[in-house]
Amino acid sequence: MFGTAIIVFREVLEASLIIGILAAATRSVPNSKRWLSAGVLAGLAGSGLVAAFTDVIGSLASGVGQEIFNAIVLGIAVLMLAWHNIWMSSHGAALAASAKSAGRNITDGSSECSILLVIVGLAVLREGSETVLFLYGIAASNDGGQSSMLLGGMVGMLAGITVGYTLYAGLLRVPMRWFFAATGILVLLLAAGMASQTAHFLIQADLLPSLAAPLWDTSAVLPENGLPGMLLHSLVGYDSRPAGMQIVFYLTALVAIFIGMKWVARPRQAPIKNNDIKITCP
Amino acid sequence: MRILFFFTLLLPLVTHAADIEYKLIINDHRFQPVELTIPSVTKIKLTVENQDATPEEFDSHPLNREKTIAGHSTATIYIGPLVPGRYTFTGEFHEATAQGVIIAQ
Repeated sequence: MFGTAIIVFREVLEASLIIGILAAATRSVPNSKRWLSAGVLAGLAGSGLVAAFTDVIGSLASGVGQEIFNAIVLGIAVLMLAWHNIWMSSHGAALAASAKSAGRNITDGSSECSILLVIVGLAVLREGSETVLFLYGIAASNDGGQSSMLLGGMVGMLAGITVGYTLYAGLLRVPMRWFFAATGILVLLLAAGMASQTAHFLIQADLLPSLAAPLWDTSAVLPENGLPGMLLHSLVGYDSRPAGMQIVFYLTALVAIFIGMKWVARPRQAPIKNNDIKITCP
Repeated sequence: MRILFFFTLLLPLVTHAADIEYKLIINDHRFQPVELTIPSVTKIKLTVENQDATPEEFDSHPLNREKTIAGHSTATIYIGPLVPGRYTFTGEFHEATAQGVIIAQ
């Protein structure tokens, strides 16, 4: 039961942390929770589909279909997180400006809100499909002790959700003047970590060279199967034995998104009267 | 555009040398063989055939590899080149029995 709990916890943790960070980051955007919830539901539905077609996906592209699928899902998530973060930087700047003036324009953020749905959907899809497969495997086997293992799965899932919620609640306590910087940095690191994982799958599929593997080995100090390593892996993309190419992807994403954020949040010389735009989700 | 250019630069680095193939079988939630010796200097293509009806996840932190394998199906995993040494791997879904090690020489 304990083993089952840990496996499910590990899978749920990453999606849970991403949802926690995004829910906090968009707390000033009306109705954003509705879009995040829709993303979870879409992701769960997708998980079932992906799990059911694991053998089909796996056999595509001469047996590396799974790696390509994961790389595409992660790649899209990186782009969406980048867009989201750059959008939130401008939103944060606008919020700070509107606090000083009385006027406030409400703009429809449909496309930005659907980005939230897609990011959460993809996160749940990737981690969820593995959980579904694992739990299906337990349910299908006749080893006995299924109920205790399924109970373990539930415990792991609840624990994963609790960690995500704790991060969300913690972020809401961050003072407003630090808040956008804090969530911005978290999303930036999430995206960079996913870029590194994208490279990881492309190396595993032999589509990219590893450029020195591993570049370093910190598994003795901070193993990835321990709780701190697991959390750091999900939050900042920690890898105890990364390939050089993963670092190239990590740094490229980090720098590119950071520049984008600085660019949209740059202070404008002469503030326009109606510049204080507030974004809302439909 | 710059990213595209970057990838174009990397293309010559993708090697197309004939891959040496090795095979693992998963049966009754156990790997066969339990120990697999491979050359360390070259990249190898590892095929893992899951003969069980239940899915399994080939997982190895030392090798930095993870791949789910559906029941009654075969997966391909590229490994190496490696530093000579022992690299443990597990079937994450049945960790109690599914254990193995790759020895790179």
